[in-house]
Amino acid sequence: MMVRRAIEGLDERLDGSSFVARNLKKVFPDHWSFMLGELALYSFVLLILTGTFLAFFYVASPELTVYQGPYEPLQGRSVSLAYDSVLRLSFEVRAGLVMRQTHHWSALVFMASIVAHMIRVFFTGAFRKPRELSWLIGVGLVVAGIMAGFTGYSLPDDLLSGVGLRIAYSIAQSIPFVGSWLANMFFGGEFPGTALLPRLFTLHIFVIPLVILGMISVHLGVVWHQTHTQFKAPGRTNETVTGTPVWPKFAVKSVGLAFVTFAILTLLGGLFQINPVWFYGPYVPYSGPSPSQPDWYAGWLEGLLRLWPNWEFTVFGVTIGELFLPAIVVPGILFTLLATWPFLEARFSKDREWHNFAQHPREAPLRTALGASAIALMVVLFLAGSNDVLAKYLQIEVDTFNSVLKVSAFLLPVIAGMITFVVCRDLRDRPRGPVDRPGTMTVRRTEDGGFEEVHEPATHDEAAAPR
Amino acid sequence: MTRPDRVVAAAFVVSIVSAFGLFLVYLRGGQTQIEGALLFLTLGGIGAGLLVWAKKLMPHIVEETRSRHHGPVPEADKETATETVMGGVEELQRRTFLSRLLVGAAGALGLAALFPLRSLGEAPGDSPFFTKWKTGSKLVDVNGDAVTSDMLTVDSFTTVFPEGAVGSADSQAVLIRVQSDLLQLAADRAAGAPEGLVCYSKVCTHAGCPLSLYLAEDHELRCPCHQSTFDVLDGARPVYGPASRPLPQLLIEIDDDGTLRAMGDFTEPIGPSFWNISEERSSSEAIARSDERSSSEAIALSEEPS
Repeated sequence: MMVRRAIEGLDERLDGSSFVARNLKKVFPDHWSFMLGELALYSFVLLILTGTFLAFFYVASPELTVYQGPYEPLQGRSVSLAYDSVLRLSFEVRAGLVMRQTHHWSALVFMASIVAHMIRVFFTGAFRKPRELSWLIGVGLVVAGIMAGFTGYSLPDDLLSGVGLRIAYSIAQSIPFVGSWLANMFFGGEFPGTALLPRLFTLHIFVIPLVILGMISVHLGVVWHQTHTQFKAPGRTNETVTGTPVWPKFAVKSVGLAFVTFAILTLLGGLFQINPVWFYGPYVPYSGPSPSQPDWYAGWLEGLLRLWPNWEFTVFGVTIGELFLPAIVVPGILFTLLATWPFLEARFSKDREWHNFAQHPREAPLRTALGASAIALMVVLFLAGSNDVLAKYLQIEVDTFNSVLKVSAFLLPVIAGMITFVVCRDLRDRPRGPVDRPGTMTVRRTEDGGFEEVHEPATHDEAAAPR
Repeated sequence: MTRPDRVVAAAFVVSIVSAFGLFLVYLRGGQTQIEGALLFLTLGGIGAGLLVWAKKLMPHIVEETRSRHHGPVPEADKETATETVMGGVEELQRRTFLSRLLVGAAGALGLAALFPLRSLGEAPGDSPFFTKWKTGSKLVDVNGDAVTSDMLTVDSFTTVFPEGAVGSADSQAVLIRVQSDLLQLAADRAAGAPEGLVCYSKVCTHAGCPLSLYLAEDHELRCPCHQSTFDVLDGARPVYGPASRPLPQLLIEIDDDGTLRAMGDFTEPIGPSFWNISEERSSSEAIARSDERSSSEAIALSEEPS
């Protein structure tokens, strides 16, 4: 009765009943890989919730104070108010540490699920027309996510993050003509400056989340409007969508997934230590922790810096240092390629049709091969981002390990691409076996004592079956 | 109650009990690991319950097939949309003069909106070229205590700053004592490395990290960030890793009483390359700087306890 009244009320004011009815009946196709995007969404929800709690305690100030909290190894040390507030949040605020660690874990899982989601969309061709806009927003979310992560883990003003900021300053400085200006403007003066923490804080808790929220909203709106892709199956067509109705089954499942995500993230936050800033110590410009590596999603950028040859050259009096190419130009090219991929593929394949079917990776061997190459390169770069730690673990010299990685950065993508291409092409061209075609076979005894096989072909629509 | 019913009920009960548990733990002062485990059960109970509910207790809700409701847009619609947009634009453009002025005003506003960017930071000026080291600056350690020539044994090293700028990011330097006959410095550099005491900028020329690792047996400084490695004996030449420029040297001398003093600023600009790093520090700047130096030197000298 109350629902009826609410719907009537909406209808009289917003003409809402047809809207409600239409959207609650919307159907969403089921596949485990379609949950990756939801995982990112729910990680983001938890980031906002835990982040709000953290923001109530964090002090964005580089001013120095003497640490007098309960963590004995640092008592009497001169630390910034920012670092002091993070230690207080971790050791003195009840439930503070579980919130802080859950926030960090959520950020790692947020990025992981975005990347996994993107890989899924890439290999199934779900970015094709009419879904290019969703893809572009996805690339935007990766970039914004990296920025959110970097500004976030720089806030505690600990030794590890301070070194990361010094590298960021150097990267900005390496840009021709405007570099010194850009670096000075952002840091409010020569490194380390005094203006940085409040700026990072504003970016981290206001500007970047707002951008991410905006992009997520548009992304969801577009997905809702365009309806989801689905895999080929009997009875499915390009013009229809088959799946679970939103209300109540899909909604209950999705909310269930949200709570399971929250549960796992809080478990990680409670039991698995992450970013223990009290071990790193407060930031001082003249000390650096060894080993030092960024969060996982920046690992490939770090790896690029570590593997890049020590090229420095001067063109018309302009010095191009060792950082400009690997830290600005190469990532710029990679992200441009990633963002424009749907358009490049449409142009080269001359395919401008509407695609509501997600493909099997073997259906597009070249794309799948290129994707495998890209992943192979990323894995090599990621490993290079921890070359010192891995070399120690493998008990070889960093120099040797680096040489191996440099060769691998060229070789592995080629090998991975070629193998993937051949395997996909053969799978695609292979006559469909019994697994693809679930028919029946009967062995029958004939009148004269022999045996014969009777094959019943598959009964479903051949055209709609996966190729 | 069917079996799935019981599973869902159990999950929700676990959630409720864990929530009370959380309350108790919180009251007793909190404990991170137990909080994490109980949050897992509280949230996970609801999540698992809902998932089982949807999967097992809604068997009558089956997959449905619906039209996607989109396809080629009718030509007429495209026409109408184009005409509506263009109609508005033409309406504005009919007043040619006014519409151009409007574009001008918007452009001017855009430029004006950029001015506040300038407030974000000081102009870099010549700051990337110089540090706080001046001729005669006393070398002090991280506590501000003067460093004397007898403090370092062979193959040991310490971080030094100019007196009055302890902790300075751009002036930090690393002072190392090596066997003086091992040093392979050019004559003008060797003069600034008395008794095997050689001093380099501590800021890596690759990405600016502090060079906190000294490999004594190889006489190499190594950066913990990207493993750039510099040969201390040979003018801090980069021998491995992504850095291409040697570390700038700080030429030092030993006073009569054994204290170490800088003979000037570093030999080159410190830190990573920037676009105009190869420009000479211009002579007028150098003169201005040296004036500044001599005056501050005078102050420093007068402040010195006799």
